[in-house]
Amino acid sequence: MSAAAHPSGRPSDAVPGLGRRIGSLRSERRWALWTAYISLIIAAIVMLAPPLYMLLTSMKTSAEVADLSGNPWMVHAPTWENYAAIIGNPMFRGFFYNSIILTVCVVAITMVISVFAAFALARMKFFGSQVLATGVFLTYLVPDTLLFIPLYQIVGGLGLLNSIWGLVLVYPTLTVPFCTWIMIGYFASIPKELDEAALIDGANWMQMLTKIFIPVALPGIIAATIFAFTVSWAAFVYPTAFITRPDEMPLTIGVVSQLIRGDTFAWGQLMAGALIAALPPVIVYAFLMDYYIAGLTAGATKG
Amino acid sequence: MAQVSLRKIVKEYEGGVQAVKGIDLDIADHEFVVLVGPSGCGKSTTLRMIAGLEEISSGEIDIGGAVVNDVPPRDRDIAMVFQNYALYPHMSVYDNMAFGLMLRKFDKAEIRRRVENAAKILDIGMLLDRKPKALSGGQRQRVAMGRAIVRDPKVFLFDEPLSNLDAKLRVQMRTEIKKVHQTVRTTTIYVTHDQVEAMTLADRVVVMNHGVIEQVGPPQELYHHPRTRFVAGFIGSPAMNFIPARLEARGDNLVLLLPLGTELAVPEHRAERYRTHVGKQVTFGIRPEHLTDTQHISKQHVALLTLTPEVIEPMGMETLAHIKLEGTEICARLDPMVEAAPGVPLALAADMNNMHLIDDATGLVI
Ligand SMILES: Nc1ncnc2c1ncn2[C@@H]1O[C@H](COP(=O)(O)OP(=O)(O)OP(=O)(O)O)[C@@H](O)[C@H]1O
Ligand SMILES: [Mg+2]
Repeated sequence: MSAAAHPSGRPSDAVPGLGRRIGSLRSERRWALWTAYISLIIAAIVMLAPPLYMLLTSMKTSAEVADLSGNPWMVHAPTWENYAAIIGNPMFRGFFYNSIILTVCVVAITMVISVFAAFALARMKFFGSQVLATGVFLTYLVPDTLLFIPLYQIVGGLGLLNSIWGLVLVYPTLTVPFCTWIMIGYFASIPKELDEAALIDGANWMQMLTKIFIPVALPGIIAATIFAFTVSWAAFVYPTAFITRPDEMPLTIGVVSQLIRGDTFAWGQLMAGALIAALPPVIVYAFLMDYYIAGLTAGATKG
Repeated sequence: MAQVSLRKIVKEYEGGVQAVKGIDLDIADHEFVVLVGPSGCGKSTTLRMIAGLEEISSGEIDIGGAVVNDVPPRDRDIAMVFQNYALYPHMSVYDNMAFGLMLRKFDKAEIRRRVENAAKILDIGMLLDRKPKALSGGQRQRVAMGRAIVRDPKVFLFDEPLSNLDAKLRVQMRTEIKKVHQTVRTTTIYVTHDQVEAMTLADRVVVMNHGVIEQVGPPQELYHHPRTRFVAGFIGSPAMNFIPARLEARGDNLVLLLPLGTELAVPEHRAERYRTHVGKQVTFGIRPEHLTDTQHISKQHVALLTLTPEVIEPMGMETLAHIKLEGTEICARLDPMVEAAPGVPLALAADMNNMHLIDDATGLVI
């Protein structure tokens, strides 16, 4: 999750003896590059310091963590025992498993709903479709810290408290609006003639969606998928509110609830657990980064 | 293949804009018809109603003997080529052409046969595996046509298929389209705002203006016998010269009296036709090629004028002279060998056999 993206390409090859104007242009450019690099480096340090500190802490014994005399950025006796303890803990494996089930279900539900919704809102001009599209986005602006109280009532009424299936039901309220919004932008940028050509070629709505819109908007779909994945993998407020039984907890709250006993923090294990939990998003980003960036920037130019 | 009939077709967009105001048109089997007219005259709207992409406000469209008003586009058995090609960007050229057939559940071998046949007609056999973004504009245009050809539909519809190409390619593809039509003979309706394209491609040209048809006819007929001032001015390049005049009687003969007093004799065989308009304000129309240098013109029914060109444009095979005649800018077409220079008086002959006279009150050619 580093922010070390390069600005633009390298400076153009120097053309000797083209006079002062070009010289000053080049120095202006160099100045811009320096500014960009310096601010990026500062940003990278700020962003990377916490995970690095987590990594260092996870490799210390409890005694070393508690010892405040040394430099906290140094590890004197690196150890993997925290990792071994976490991985060896069946409860932790249960959290991991819950998170995976939860996330896979949420991503699947989100993508199905938002692709269909976006297609309908972008292409089928029906009464109120504009208002509905705006409304979808507005719901995204209501924070989960506000929603969890009424949602508690709903989830409780359905008897789904203390079950990951309650979360499967609730998480899409976080993911669907934004994903639908991204997909509307994508679908709207597909030229109208493409549908018309498909219509004349004999496609029905469903074929138009599956054979034309989805493949053409694939970068957008991948961007939306990553977003849904990140949100449901990292969600904290809802599981904190709705889940108290350890065997139904996802990773985010499982690690915290099990490794903090009263005011005793198992810092080493906490950090090890958090880092393991961060691994799947890192892997997903690493594989889909190019699509994700292409997707976000393509969406950015659409109004 | 089929004939197409439009009967009293009207299109009113929401907001009350009447884009098409009651069009009647019969298109024969195998015919190549071109709809031409200025921007916004309703050509695309008409074509899209035939395709089924736009609802018909009133009237009837008949394709191959069946009214298709309520038939969705996919069941009308038509194929359309769009101005921006509308190729499916994620599919290869082969798949682009095969898509319509695949949706219609043709078997693989038949699809392959048809695509290869179309690729041969269009000379794109070596491009079948490429994606559209790896093609030039002209190649994309061919693929778009290929997509229409493989379907072997009743009617081809083209909406300005050449306007995204550069001038040279446009001329080349124009010939290509004509060749394709001579091979496959499918009834074709072609929309353009370029009158040269219309003239060169069409069996019959339909000139539209403000949502109505001004005139329908073979290119030569439209050129030589325009029915209205609009058609007279729209067809032909450079455009016909229009000079305000009054029709006067001089004994048995008629003359045109130009604003500053020049009189041009009207050929006697036209006198009968024009006599009812004697004394009225009219517009005298004459094409640039009928206003030319004095070398090659027959001596009968010419009006001789000596005028001073303001601008001379040598075009190679001809020279255009822009001249002011009694307050009106006009254009004459000269033999390139004629010595002409701006500001030097030049002897010109107007071939009055090919004159047109337009009634200013109605805008109709008399
Ligand atoms: N969706 C629409 N809603 C309202 N008015 C429309 C719509 N589409 C077209 N029009 C109007 O209908 C008229 C005819 O449009 P049309 O597209 O048929 O013109 P055209 O002859 O094809 O012109 P061009 O040569 O510019 O393509 C225009 O005045 C246009 O503004
Ligand atoms: Mg048009």
